[in-house]
Amino acid sequence: MIDPTAPGFWSGLFQVLLVGTGETLYMVGVAVLFTVLVGLPLGILLVGTERGGLFEAPFGYRPLGRVINRVLEFVVNLGRSVPFIILMVALIPFTRLVVGTFIGSTAAIVPLAVVAIPFFARMVEIAIKEVDSGLVEAAESLGATRWQIVAKVLVPESLSTLILGLSTTVTSIINFSAMVGTVAGGGLGQVAIQYGYQRYSTIHMVAVIILIFIIVMILQGLATWLARRFSHRGRPTRSRATVPTAI
Amino acid sequence: MISVKHVFKTFGAAAAATTALDDVSLEVARGEIFGVIGQSGAGKSTLIRAINLLERPSSGTVTVDGEELTRLSPDQLRLARRKIGMVFQHFNLLAGRTAQGNVELGLEIAGVGGTERRRRSLEILDLVGLADKAGAYPAELSGGQKQRVGIARSLAGNPKILLSDEATSALDPETTRSILDLVKTINVQVGLTVLLITHEMDVVKRVCDSAAMLEHGRILEQGSIVSLISTPGSRLAHELFPLGEIAPHPGNTVIEITFSGGSADRPVIAQLARSYGLDVSILGAVVETIGGNQAGRTRLELPGTPLANAAPIADLRGQGLLVEIVGDGAAMEGARA
Ligand SMILES: Nc1ncnc2c1ncn2[C@@H]1O[C@H](COP(=O)(O)OP(=O)(O)OP(=O)(O)O)[C@@H](O)[C@H]1O
Ligand SMILES: [Mg+2]
Repeated sequence: MIDPTAPGFWSGLFQVLLVGTGETLYMVGVAVLFTVLVGLPLGILLVGTERGGLFEAPFGYRPLGRVINRVLEFVVNLGRSVPFIILMVALIPFTRLVVGTFIGSTAAIVPLAVVAIPFFARMVEIAIKEVDSGLVEAAESLGATRWQIVAKVLVPESLSTLILGLSTTVTSIINFSAMVGTVAGGGLGQVAIQYGYQRYSTIHMVAVIILIFIIVMILQGLATWLARRFSHRGRPTRSRATVPTAI
Repeated sequence: MISVKHVFKTFGAAAAATTALDDVSLEVARGEIFGVIGQSGAGKSTLIRAINLLERPSSGTVTVDGEELTRLSPDQLRLARRKIGMVFQHFNLLAGRTAQGNVELGLEIAGVGGTERRRRSLEILDLVGLADKAGAYPAELSGGQKQRVGIARSLAGNPKILLSDEATSALDPETTRSILDLVKTINVQVGLTVLLITHEMDVVKRVCDSAAMLEHGRILEQGSIVSLISTPGSRLAHELFPLGEIAPHPGNTVIEITFSGGSADRPVIAQLARSYGLDVSILGAVVETIGGNQAGRTRLELPGTPLANAAPIADLRGQGLLVEIVGDGAAMEGARA
């Protein structure tokens, strides 16, 4: 039990929260980076290798496209269906191989990225499928290569949907990062467990909840703003009051 | 310039297959505006998409500017496509790019450098009359302006051919006219060959030099507008210039006169009435300006049998007019009954 009236309680709380927030942002940030790096191409391939897609016949070989599509579908579905707690434990040998340890924030990045990649890949798939096929045809009629179509049409035209999808993904990475804290992954989750739960400090618990809430709010606000910034669809602009603001 | 030979296209497999193109052959000469008309589902879009191989024909060959596209490798085809601009019914502009950005797309794809891209895109936007809208996003443009951007985009890479699939179908009549005039201007200025698809006869009448009629995936007729008009019984000519259906009196002669070029300016009917003292009645008439030339047809009723009217008919033919004896009044009545 921690006594809030004890000397140094508040500065200690502040210190713990600062370190926890730093660790959380680090874990989430690096995990997001990997998620985008892997999830974006994965999502694009997921759509592209479908029948009639851009990559339905890689290297002019149609069965190859079908095989790639099946494999990716399987991997994504598997990744999405295994509960995170189990995934985290199951990945321990892999994490140890990659990071050298399975404890701490750096180690936590591995399961976070692994759970987020298939999730984000699905988001990418949905966003890319929304792009009007006429735009792809227009680019084809101008002599575009498949990669030019991806880079100049598919990604830019789905950018606002992608940003919103990424923000949803990041929100769930934040949630999972708190869960990682329960197995010594560090971050705000670990603060909540160590102080809030094991030492009955309600103040720590509430502070963690507020901090995570603020992080998610800022993230959502940023995503909404960016998504609007990149959307030129000329939707009637909503009044300022209904726009979620950052702070 | 464009030569389509024995092209077939079927969608779907075996029993459920639809034949969208059924042995289509087509010749479009360099520098002309060629219109393809036909009902919805006739295969017009499939045909035009087969020309730049967005839709690969099931069989047959497509040759553009001496290059047989149907034989090219994917990389060669991409290069060949840069010589063929395409304009779409629903514009297909990238919403995330400005008008200028859209025009630059093809240049980017072709690897043209930034400075040259900006110069060329502004030049071409100026040509289509949108110099002041270079920075506008498609959502901020009207339909007609969007289509101008679409045309500018397709022309930025200096193609030799422009394909247009119902480019004006989403536009109101006045905007349609201005877009067609633009296409015509460019056609004249740069000698661009244009193949356009439409279901509006007005479009063909306004700009086309030649036309083809597509029905159930087959070409029914094709040729220059002037030759089609002077072809007796041409369906295209009748669709282009429908005549009213006023019933003649039994025993009288009904003739159809086709005008084209200079003969349209002459007061032919008045002359006929004066020289032969005939009570000529006009059953139906239509005069149109096609490609800057006047053309049209008139259905006249002359009193008396065809034999009795042999002299005036010979006179009309002597003036270089195309005269068809549609029948005598009695025969037509009989045919109608
Ligand atoms: N991708 C496709 N798959 C299957 N059938 C198709 C496909 N594209 C076209 N068709 C069929 O081919 C036929 C011709 O279609 P097409 O789009 O060329 O007609 P169209 O003359 O352009 O009609 P519209 O004036 O309505 O645009 C139609 O019966 C259509 O259903
Ligand atoms: Mg069509």
